[in-house]
Amino acid sequence: MEITLADFLTIDLPAMLVGTLAGIPCALLGTFLVLRRQALIGDALSHVVLPGIVAGFMISGSIATLPMMAGALAASVIAVLLIEAIRRLGRLETGAAMGVVFTVMFAAGVVMLEQGVGTRVDLDAQHALYGAVELTYWRGPTDWASLLDPAIWAALPHSITVLAAVALLTVALVLLFYKELKITTFDPALATSLGIRASWVNAGLILMVAVAAFEAVGSILVIAMFICPAATARMLTDRLSRQLVLSVVFAILSGILGYVFAAFVPLWIGAANSLTAAGMIAAVGGVFQLLAMLFAPRYGVVARALSRRGEIPA
Amino acid sequence: MLAHFWSILSLQAGYNTSVVLIGVTLLGIGSAAIGTFVLLRRRALISDAVGHATLPGVGLGFLTAYALGLDGGRNLPILLIGAGATGALGILSVQWIRDHTRLPEDAAIGTVLSVYFGIGTVLLSYIQSLPGGARAGLNSFLMGQSAALSLAEVWIIGAGSVVVILLCLLFFKEFKVLCFDQDFATAQGWPVRKLDLLMLALLLLAVSIGLKTVGLVLIVALLVIPPVAARFWTDDLKGMTLIAGVFGGLSGYLGAAASALVPRLPAGGVIVLTAGALFAVSLIVAPKRGVIAGAIRQLRFRWGEAERRGLMAVADGRNPTPVQAGILRLKGFLDRAGQPTARGLEAARATARDQALWLRYLEDFPQEAMACEDWARVPIDRVLPGDLVAELERRLRLAGS
Amino acid sequence: MLRAVEPLEQAIAARAGTAAPLAVRDLTVAYHRKPVLWNVDFTAPAGGRIAIVGPNGAGKSTFIKAVLGLVPRVGGEVLVFGKPVESQRRAIGYVPQRESVDWDFPTSAVDVVAMGLYGRLGWCRPVRRRHLEEARAQLDRVGMADFADRQIGQLSGGQQQRVFLARALAQDAQLYLMDEPFAGVDAATERAIIDVLRELERAGRTVICVHHDLQTVPEYFDHVLLLNLRRIAAGPVKEAFTEANLQRAYGGRLAPPELVAAVRG
Repeated sequence: MEITLADFLTIDLPAMLVGTLAGIPCALLGTFLVLRRQALIGDALSHVVLPGIVAGFMISGSIATLPMMAGALAASVIAVLLIEAIRRLGRLETGAAMGVVFTVMFAAGVVMLEQGVGTRVDLDAQHALYGAVELTYWRGPTDWASLLDPAIWAALPHSITVLAAVALLTVALVLLFYKELKITTFDPALATSLGIRASWVNAGLILMVAVAAFEAVGSILVIAMFICPAATARMLTDRLSRQLVLSVVFAILSGILGYVFAAFVPLWIGAANSLTAAGMIAAVGGVFQLLAMLFAPRYGVVARALSRRGEIPA
Repeated sequence: MLAHFWSILSLQAGYNTSVVLIGVTLLGIGSAAIGTFVLLRRRALISDAVGHATLPGVGLGFLTAYALGLDGGRNLPILLIGAGATGALGILSVQWIRDHTRLPEDAAIGTVLSVYFGIGTVLLSYIQSLPGGARAGLNSFLMGQSAALSLAEVWIIGAGSVVVILLCLLFFKEFKVLCFDQDFATAQGWPVRKLDLLMLALLLLAVSIGLKTVGLVLIVALLVIPPVAARFWTDDLKGMTLIAGVFGGLSGYLGAAASALVPRLPAGGVIVLTAGALFAVSLIVAPKRGVIAGAIRQLRFRWGEAERRGLMAVADGRNPTPVQAGILRLKGFLDRAGQPTARGLEAARATARDQALWLRYLEDFPQEAMACEDWARVPIDRVLPGDLVAELERRLRLAGS
Repeated sequence: MLRAVEPLEQAIAARAGTAAPLAVRDLTVAYHRKPVLWNVDFTAPAGGRIAIVGPNGAGKSTFIKAVLGLVPRVGGEVLVFGKPVESQRRAIGYVPQRESVDWDFPTSAVDVVAMGLYGRLGWCRPVRRRHLEEARAQLDRVGMADFADRQIGQLSGGQQQRVFLARALAQDAQLYLMDEPFAGVDAATERAIIDVLRELERAGRTVICVHHDLQTVPEYFDHVLLLNLRRIAAGPVKEAFTEANLQRAYGGRLAPPELVAAVRG
């Protein structure tokens, strides 16, 4: 089946942009989450934003981004505070406290949706889980030359603009607070003794995670992009700065390749329909991570097995 | 409405509804029982990874049954076997990543959870494109739907739950040792690896049979919330398992009943919310570890500490801090002008003697003193035997002279 | 009699006209309502090398953490150079126990040392080349210049300890709090730490170390604080580090020959 350039620019390019732009902030923040042993906070928050979005809609009655975003952020803050409170009061491990909080809040979101809200707004739990990378269209560009026309850019889908803004903001904040993020991740006690409020940095990081989780499409893509690119990069380098760059590279690669495998490959091999892109992006992210875990030059399973064999004198 | 709800609860709303209610209650009890051990083994969120990792199995099971021409693919046993298979693969993946790479367990859980789920959604989107696939109803595995359970499905759920409950009872002692001290269990000659596998197999069974009802996204709640809530009430494993079972069963029972009553109320969500409500109550009012009890204990400690410090200041002829002075005044140990009353002086003397004796005790019997829960917090005469206190007083006089 | 008041220490501080580097009054800390430190008073002499000594679980690390505000205090007051500790962070250098961080963290030795400069740099200011050069110079002081670019996980335990020490030096503090810097280190590291302690003393800085090895106390330190839940004794090593005080602190848990050897130095 032939894919025309105009189709590509209208359907596929915006979807690829959504997939990659959503992944970039997740990968950057995920790098810190993985190092802080908080990888599952991303998981928890990506579920928790659902009741927040629904509540934001119910209170404001509109599907504008702002009230829903406010709801999502409020829900995230509540969730994090609850997790911390339960962990301390119940003297529980973080995982258990998280398991309680995010499931209950997600369940609340699901019930609220099913009880009528869902019929009035184009929102459902599956959408929140999968997201729909494919549903973004860019009406306008017909060929490469038309991309030079400013009017075409004015027609850029709103969601892409917002995703790009969030990605840029995340990059800027990580650069600006690189030093603080690094020291509070590595040695929070030292940070406190130096007068750097570790709790403020944590709160800022969690808020950014919540924003990224809200803006990106579908919790599965979010969780995968929080963890897989960061974990892949973690296998490959011992430098934080390099790890951040690599994680972004893998997020972008996953976004593009995932979309290609979901949208084009099935058609090339003769199937009638394409597959879901968000799931495929997560799967590609997982494949990258698997390859890194196996074949990373220094820390990969293969390299370590070989070097261990080398140590034993023949 | 209320009468109808009651008729559902009392199993008088028809055979089907009653069977569903009993099945889901058993599911709640079974999940809570195995969840208790999983929680104590510090693996709470592995259940989440397992839940999500079942989705590709559901897809593959459907495709297998579809290819074999069984029920158009919707053959529950085959779907559940598929779910169990990839769920098991998920557990193994988490363990492999944790043991063989530098990545920590939480990253391993997150990886398995998202990647397996991603693969599952890809398979589902493929199935949707098959003829008849759109009506496969596999989406019910995501969020669950007990109203649409068929009797055959409920029998599978009920039987599976009973197996989980029975095995948890049978191996209670062994699981207890394993959770508490794995090395001790190994040293005692218990087959630790096999027991661990059995525990994970039961976890897998509970997750698989729970999929259709609660859905794979929320199944972790049924495993984690009841035991966590039970933890607030007791420090004893038997009691904890029992309470968790009651909470789990109650959540399943009330949740399934509510969703039978109200159309469009997703059973999974309601079951989890019920469990959440039980948790919230436990968190706040449980006398053992609840918030209120804890706050009262903490407040009492702070208050007592401030009073003690204030009285020590009086005994030393120093000025108590404003907070301490306020407390002493409330107790009538200081008068309006901030001067110690006769009772205050007496109390200060008593506190000074008490502290001196406690310090003497710490000095002469350090191990016993460190082990003493009430050291320096309770008048010494109330804790230690009279002859020991007299001996301490004698030593104190000797040291003083 | 109950609250040992130290007229001599106070008099010294008053005569010098400066507030003591560290003045702790009536410090009480509890975990889950179980006392860990009980009414501890302590004044550190300026320029002293002070060892905190006591049996396991005596609250030595907690003392340092409570001073830094890393664990909440039930009561008591901590003054650093006469001011509340919260306003004096820049004046304090902290060397935590080695186990307190993840040594697999993706960072190099020189990076870790540069973290000591973060407090001085302030929010959002990036680390520049000259900061890294300064960090390298501190690594050189502890004999670690050759390992500056190593990932920290590939250093030996003693080398990791020296990195922590260099980081504290980079902080250029007036008061140093070190949590068992000598624990499990090799001979070269031990010498490096001693050299640094002497150097800090020459520069008039005050150093407080949690210390485990009783034998080396008289050699490495000039003051001692004996702790066991409450303060047993404090003062110059010659006066406070006596057999009687050690017996009180360790409550007979110490074998006599070891005690005698310790006191005789």
